[in-house]
Amino acid sequence: MPQSAAKVKDHISLFQEPEYKELFASKKAQFECRPTDEAVEAQSEYTKTWEYREKNFAREAATINPAKACQPLGAVFAAAGFEGTLPYVHGSQGCVAYFRSHLARHFKEAVPIVADSMTEDAAVFGGLTNIVEGLQNAYALYKPKMIVVSTTCMAEVIGDDLSAFIATAKEKESVPADFPVPFAHTPSFVGSHTTGYDNQIKGILQYFWEREAQLTAKPGSKINIIPGFDGYAVANNREIKRYLDTMGVEYTLIGDVSEVYDTPSDGEYRMYDGGTTIAEARDSINAKATISLQEFCSLKTMELVASKGQQTAAFNYPMGIGATDAFLMKVSELTGKAIPGSIEKERGRLVDAITDSQAWLHGKKFAVFGDPDFTLAMTAFLLEMGCEPTHVLATNGGKDWEAKAKALLASSPFGAEGQVWAGKDLWHLRSLLFTEPTDFIIGSSYGKYLEKDTGIPLIRLTFPIFDRHHHHRFPTFGYQGALRVLVEILDRVFEVADASSDISYDLTR
Amino acid sequence: MSLDETNDAAFHEGLIKEVLEQYPEKAAKKRGRHLNVKKTDDAGSSTCGVKSNIKSVPGVMTIRGCAYAGSKGVVWGPIKDMVHISHGPVGCGQYSWSQRRNYFNGTVGIDSFVTMQITSDFQEKDIVFGGDKKLDKMIDELNEMFPLNKGISVQSECPIGLIGDDIEAVAKKKIKDIGKTVVPVRCEGFRGVSQSLGHHIANDAIRDWVFEKSKPEWETGPYDVNLIADYNIGGDAWPSRRLLEEMGLRVVGMWSGDATLAEMERAPKAKLNLIHCYRSMNYICRHMEEKYNIPWVEYNFFGPSQIAKSLRKIAAQFDETIQKKAEEVIAKYEPLVAEIMAKFKPRLEGKKVMLYVGGLRPRHVSNAYDDLGMNIVGTGYEFGHNDDYQRTTDYVKDGTLIYDDVSGYELEKFIEKIRPDLVGSGIKEKYATQKMGVPFRQMHSWDYSGPYHGYDGFAIFARDMDMAINSPIWSKFKAPWKAA
Repeated sequence: MPQSAAKVKDHISLFQEPEYKELFASKKAQFECRPTDEAVEAQSEYTKTWEYREKNFAREAATINPAKACQPLGAVFAAAGFEGTLPYVHGSQGCVAYFRSHLARHFKEAVPIVADSMTEDAAVFGGLTNIVEGLQNAYALYKPKMIVVSTTCMAEVIGDDLSAFIATAKEKESVPADFPVPFAHTPSFVGSHTTGYDNQIKGILQYFWEREAQLTAKPGSKINIIPGFDGYAVANNREIKRYLDTMGVEYTLIGDVSEVYDTPSDGEYRMYDGGTTIAEARDSINAKATISLQEFCSLKTMELVASKGQQTAAFNYPMGIGATDAFLMKVSELTGKAIPGSIEKERGRLVDAITDSQAWLHGKKFAVFGDPDFTLAMTAFLLEMGCEPTHVLATNGGKDWEAKAKALLASSPFGAEGQVWAGKDLWHLRSLLFTEPTDFIIGSSYGKYLEKDTGIPLIRLTFPIFDRHHHHRFPTFGYQGALRVLVEILDRVFEVADASSDISYDLTR
Repeated sequence: MSLDETNDAAFHEGLIKEVLEQYPEKAAKKRGRHLNVKKTDDAGSSTCGVKSNIKSVPGVMTIRGCAYAGSKGVVWGPIKDMVHISHGPVGCGQYSWSQRRNYFNGTVGIDSFVTMQITSDFQEKDIVFGGDKKLDKMIDELNEMFPLNKGISVQSECPIGLIGDDIEAVAKKKIKDIGKTVVPVRCEGFRGVSQSLGHHIANDAIRDWVFEKSKPEWETGPYDVNLIADYNIGGDAWPSRRLLEEMGLRVVGMWSGDATLAEMERAPKAKLNLIHCYRSMNYICRHMEEKYNIPWVEYNFFGPSQIAKSLRKIAAQFDETIQKKAEEVIAKYEPLVAEIMAKFKPRLEGKKVMLYVGGLRPRHVSNAYDDLGMNIVGTGYEFGHNDDYQRTTDYVKDGTLIYDDVSGYELEKFIEKIRPDLVGSGIKEKYATQKMGVPFRQMHSWDYSGPYHGYDGFAIFARDMDMAINSPIWSKFKAPWKAA
């Protein structure tokens, strides 16, 4: 009897019991018609070869284990960062079930989004009825201050016109005429979730700056910050705000999910919490400058911003020493506010920590995968620590990203052997890790399959993280964030060292 | 459980009235048909009194998914030695990647492909020019990457049906080209009103593209059964299989948790189909009954009373040897059941439970709660049909609140007003519920636990419900300096 009430065994240990092992073996032998163990072993070994790698890289049509999602995921994330805002997706309802689950699994939070549930009849006649009813119902039930509409690929393929549909819905009094309903077309067959984020932020700003009323910019002293799609947004946005508050900068964070995706447990469910207010979003046209923290999440938005006469600056995820320096100096330059001594001390403490640990990092090889901005930041930080980024991969990275990543690697002797892989997936990375292995992998939870296959330890530092809890509640931005990233990397380095040898099982490292 | 006891019908009817008042008139009328309380009339006829399997109302935050989720996510995805293509844009496959916890034995990427996300990653040009050529090429590439695969399925995402691709023609061509099973599935997400049509379409694809396409050489036996519609969530199908084997049956196919294509192909040679999730695979059972004369029996392996009842019901289809063994199996596990009850029942007795799950569990798990002395006060299906609600009347008390395709708003209000001791639903519902201070277990994924099937699973089920309800954290929600 494998089970007992005294010590209940679940899947983790139950299936190790002899009764189950026997069941597996007998099922396999009698019923499964699987390939022989020898054939499996041979193929397993073959996938580790250069020959397999070449075939793998010759793929033109099949994508296997990509590290990217689709546009509307980024769009609903962007929309959630505004006060009292209900993200609304025009199209199939299944997509919305997926976005909600995907974000909830990472943030461990409720993710309210509505769909207007288009089905076959809408595929034939268009989704106008759905949007008229959908906006009315969503407004009545959930009492939002704003509804932000994006689309699924179904609505895009049949060519539904959001601008016209929303106007009709307002004529039919689904929502009051002056109720804000910004929108963005977010076809999932173009770009990725980072594109969707960009389109949606642009759509929201455009709504307030141009559609609601044609505003003329009256530049003041404030600056705008656009954080970009970030799984660590909860903590990173707070860290950015802390810096800006410390410096005495007036600012608007455009799209801030740090409250709504990190609500307390105290007996009340907050469907809406925090976020950029509508007044701030409207007023953001009057900023003297807009800083994007993630260039590749904001290409189109920054074009819009620049067209309003604002100064612009775009960074690639301010993580690490140089990236944080550059961000703070730019803020200082744009606002005339000095970087205070307290922040300089934080910087010094980070440098101190890296100095203390550099011997354990120097020359360690890393594979990094994730979104374009994250991978650039991670690579830069690894170079600063004397690590060697060997493979840098972004499934949703394009030519511009590739050029930037190559230039970054070329800027340091530690990047000399680094290779950049734009548009490749994690099955490509598997081949790379077998043929040109690294000491560590940095990426998302999807990397756990690579870790299992190759034995190379995974360090989870980017979205999505499903299988570890609460990482996103601590920042990776800024000097404090970099310190935390350093510690996560070091912990894996020391764990590997401890597990590798009984002789060098040192008490002090 | 005693169905003679009742839940508070008047209170629940009041709640329904309250939530409907918040809707605009048209939506209130539509939603009103999906909310009710279970009643039994004087003649003893029971009803849940709700309409079901109808389009969701736009904008209300339905919890439902789509046909693709029903086909790729539920029926096809677990078949381990086939490569399943998410055909269309990247998202659908990405969000469903490794999320159903269909356990299997095998080497990923070599002879098993369950925890992989394989997609044609449609770009704009594929929408404009069609994706058939890409699919054709992709199948060759996959066959080269994964030569030990036994077949390939094409799981259609929304655009496929809208742009007029002919995936059936591609499949026919590739069957010849690669000499393996290739299955086109028309499970575009806009079809139907929920996951449910995806199950049906997936069943039909097995009928049309798997059955009779090969001639499995197979020595049949008198006790051959198929274990149908157990997706092996957290390993569910394995304790189930053990029980069936212990009672002397030979499980020749597991559908589709931990299944190989061979197990699907030989199914029509079995003597009996045992179906767990009626909603998702009744179609293929009916087909096998009509075409191959294989009877089917619904069973329920959640909780000891239903397990014993089911073992006897299954055994009744066979001879006395099997019947005797079934009794031995029940007797063998009695001490374990007694231990589980002794340990957990005192901690769970009298606790109120609300469920909102898929197409089987809103009724199937209810007796497992009853076994532990808990009381189901409300239940509903994401994508149940009328026959599911009919079956539900055998499981729940009069006065139980019934909600079909519940909206986020309704569920939240019901939970807030009823204040159950436990809610069993999905990831989308989990965090809102917990923040209200109400214990919660995910009842799709078993909240990363399981298995819950069989006697071995019941111990885990009881432990998990206890953990959720009796966690010390619930007493810490209010800051002590706040007035009560």
